[in-house]
Amino acid sequence: MIGIEHYLTVAAIMFVTGIFGIFLNRKNVIIILMSIELMLLAVNINLVAFSAHLGDLVGQVFTLFVLTVAAAEAAIGLAILVCFFRNRGTIAVEDINVMRG
Amino acid sequence: MTAAVVAFYFFSAVAVLSGFLVITARNPVHSVLWLILAFFAAAGLFVLLGAEFLAMIMLIVYVGAVAVLFLFVVMMLDVDFAALKAGMSRFIPVGVLFGLVLLGILYLAFSDWQASEEVLALRGVVAPPPEQVENTVALGTVLYSRYIFVFQMSGIILLVAMVGAIVLTLRHREGVKRQDVLKQMYRDPKQAVSLKDVKPGQGL
Repeated sequence: MIGIEHYLTVAAIMFVTGIFGIFLNRKNVIIILMSIELMLLAVNINLVAFSAHLGDLVGQVFTLFVLTVAAAEAAIGLAILVCFFRNRGTIAVEDINVMRG
Repeated sequence: MTAAVVAFYFFSAVAVLSGFLVITARNPVHSVLWLILAFFAAAGLFVLLGAEFLAMIMLIVYVGAVAVLFLFVVMMLDVDFAALKAGMSRFIPVGVLFGLVLLGILYLAFSDWQASEEVLALRGVVAPPPEQVENTVALGTVLYSRYIFVFQMSGIILLVAMVGAIVLTLRHREGVKRQDVLKQMYRDPKQAVSLKDVKPGQGL
């Protein structure tokens, strides 16, 4: 029988994959955004697994909220990316230093 | 092994593998396609967990909207992705280190834990048995009554994101004729029309 630990393991591996992706593709903003989506997906798997394990629907409601925020974040992030590419002609992370941050 | 166990291992293997291929693919378009496969596998896991509404929402929102958005941006930006890949191997050691440390922490956290006895009493909304009430019905009942403000808040977040994305990417090009409503409204016959007295046989 598949217990909650199995789902937690899958989610943990996917979350670490997302972190690793951010380190691996430090120059490419698009891949970094995709890695963030992967991490949010892993979090969603965790929430739904606990929701099913405990028989509590709040986890699924919260997953819906996470999904919404992730979609909004992707839209805004990509819009900023398009805007930046239009102005600078590059999307390399290390070139993003206009604000001296 | 029952079908559910086989399905779980299949979906989780696909999810982990495609997640890994998202970050290692050479071509960003391939990355997006692997991301779509990861979302499909996660949706399969959601179905196995009895959250079929979330699984379908996942496919509609992520595969139908977010992944297509990524695909559009990747294809429309003329970026030299090979140059961005250069020097990638430099970051592998520190990335692997961080990943292993985090995986160890997560293993320590998840390997030896047990739910408290009070946890069943602390549940916010007890899920009805799936034989009697479908997951979609149960979720909708909760979402539109107890969590109505959360629901409306997410709508506002999406509205703000939409307005922000449009404001950021809208560009007024030079030399393109646009409708100017104020100009139209303040235009009157006195400025627009002039009467000329044309004499016969002369013309203007």
